Amino acid sequence: MARYRDNVEAVRNLVRPAEVHRDVYIDDEVFQLEMEHLFANTWVYIGHDSQVPNPGDYFGTTIGLQPVLMARHTDQTVKVLFNRCPHKGTRITTETCGNTGKFFRCPYHAWSFKTDGSLLAIPLKKGYENTGIEQSHAGQGMTPVRHVHNYRGFVFAKINDFGPGFEEFFGESLSSFDNMIDRSPVGRLEVAGGPLRYMHNCNWKMLVENQTDTCHPMVAHESSAGTAVNVWKNAPPGTKKPMAVEIFAPFMSPYEFFENMGIRVWPNGHGHTGVHHSIHSDYSAIPGYFEKMVAAYGEERAKHILGENRHNTVYFPNLMIKGPIQLIRLFKPLAPNKTLVESYTFRLVDAPDVLLERTQMYNRLINAPTSVVGHDDLEMYERAQEGLHVDANQWVNVQRLYDPNEPVDVTAETNGTTEWQMRNQFHAWQKFMTMSM
Amino acid sequence: MTSPTDKEIIDFVIHEARLLDQHRFEEWLALYTDDAYYWMPLEWGQTDPKLVGSLMYEDKLLLQIRVERLKGNRTFSQKPKSRCHHVLQTPQIDSRDDAKGEYVTWTPMHYIETRHDDQQLYAAWATHTLTVVGGVLKIKLKRVDLVNCEAAFGNIQLFM
Repeated sequence: MARYRDNVEAVRNLVRPAEVHRDVYIDDEVFQLEMEHLFANTWVYIGHDSQVPNPGDYFGTTIGLQPVLMARHTDQTVKVLFNRCPHKGTRITTETCGNTGKFFRCPYHAWSFKTDGSLLAIPLKKGYENTGIEQSHAGQGMTPVRHVHNYRGFVFAKINDFGPGFEEFFGESLSSFDNMIDRSPVGRLEVAGGPLRYMHNCNWKMLVENQTDTCHPMVAHESSAGTAVNVWKNAPPGTKKPMAVEIFAPFMSPYEFFENMGIRVWPNGHGHTGVHHSIHSDYSAIPGYFEKMVAAYGEERAKHILGENRHNTVYFPNLMIKGPIQLIRLFKPLAPNKTLVESYTFRLVDAPDVLLERTQMYNRLINAPTSVVGHDDLEMYERAQEGLHVDANQWVNVQRLYDPNEPVDVTAETNGTTEWQMRNQFHAWQKFMTMSM
Repeated sequence: MTSPTDKEIIDFVIHEARLLDQHRFEEWLALYTDDAYYWMPLEWGQTDPKLVGSLMYEDKLLLQIRVERLKGNRTFSQKPKSRCHHVLQTPQIDSRDDAKGEYVTWTPMHYIETRHDDQQLYAAWATHTLTVVGGVLKIKLKRVDLVNCEAAFGNIQLFM
């Protein structure tokens, strides 16, 4: 029996001000409704336009469970198309990326499409004369995703007409993207190779919530970051602190550090940790980099850009970016209890290579399936996915530093250990789930 | 030590896998030179370990952190502990430079890691760059190329 489909009230009641019902993590029907509503009403990250530099270049990904591809059209604009042939449904491309030339050609019956999806040719076309093919779905070509926005290279798409436009949806939160991009002396990023791909047997939202959970690093990561600190203590005095220790050690900072770093929430479920400082604040300077930044921006602005060390910025629903590290993590839902995490790294164009070296090292140490930090995070998520089947308590608590008068959909800065950003995400979840029901 | 024989080189590579299977991690780590690296590329035929992403590219300090972590009481992802099992083809000696004391072997292998009820099988090629330090063979670089290096994986917690 359907408990949630066609029952807006039941969906809305899954979220209370400071707790959420376990069905948002474990229920098949809620997951299916997320795919139909939440992932269709919000702006979902597709890819970076440096992945498709030339006309005919394409990159395949998903919005929710639906395969889409991002393509560079002949007029240089970036299009996002549903990745299926309008004829029989065959996926047009299966390679993650490539160049299709002037047109896409379905490998099943050789229907071909321009790189904006419009129908180019059908073999033996006379077989469709006077059949009304022009009025059919098939006659329209590959269906484009209706709303696409390229923000300084980062391409987002929204399937439905419901929900706010791009600027309204993201608002001031785009400042985190700006900071990451401005860290290039020429204001440009390039994707640096394929992502680390890490399979998680848990719900996608657990990962998103963990991005602004500042009370877990010193606990869950004691075995990795704490061990790194201890092993490093045995190094001969005067040894230069290695980059790896600079990356690991701040995870062991005390609660006070995380309280003081601050959290900022924005409307529509976005927010970030590290308002005043973060675990990325005290990395060694890279020789030659600051000089390049000063030459490009002037000293004051260069200092301002590099002084902003935001930790994790969550772009609702399923993206996190780390400006000071130039990496992003995309949490792709596959099932209520299955999530694929893709972690992409970026090169700051015209900056020293050592920065990219640090970016890649961070990604390996923290985000890889072989990462000792990742191991313990995944262990926590999978234990939660199992524990939520306990019937005696069916609610997940997000009450830390909750104020009963807490406003919703506002911009606010507060104590860095608050769970306000998690509440903010669930308020947005409720809103974007139900607006098209 | 005079130059190692082919048999000594082959036995060394096989012994390394045995130490891992028996959780003798400190003895295992002692097989590596102080400037050694353990590398698991992310891309097929990858040549750059630093500016291109990898699953692992770890110096001895990072390997030591892993070995210490596996012993820890608050290493939650190792409660219960993982176990592993190597099946190696006979290592092939790809190059031998007695003057320089450098030997490169190529070893196709299957690697199994288990924890709880889960058992995962990986297929890989291990390339060992060996050297002689103080009369004994040591590993300067161990490169593990997974056949499906760019695939999505769950936790890989031990060493291949």
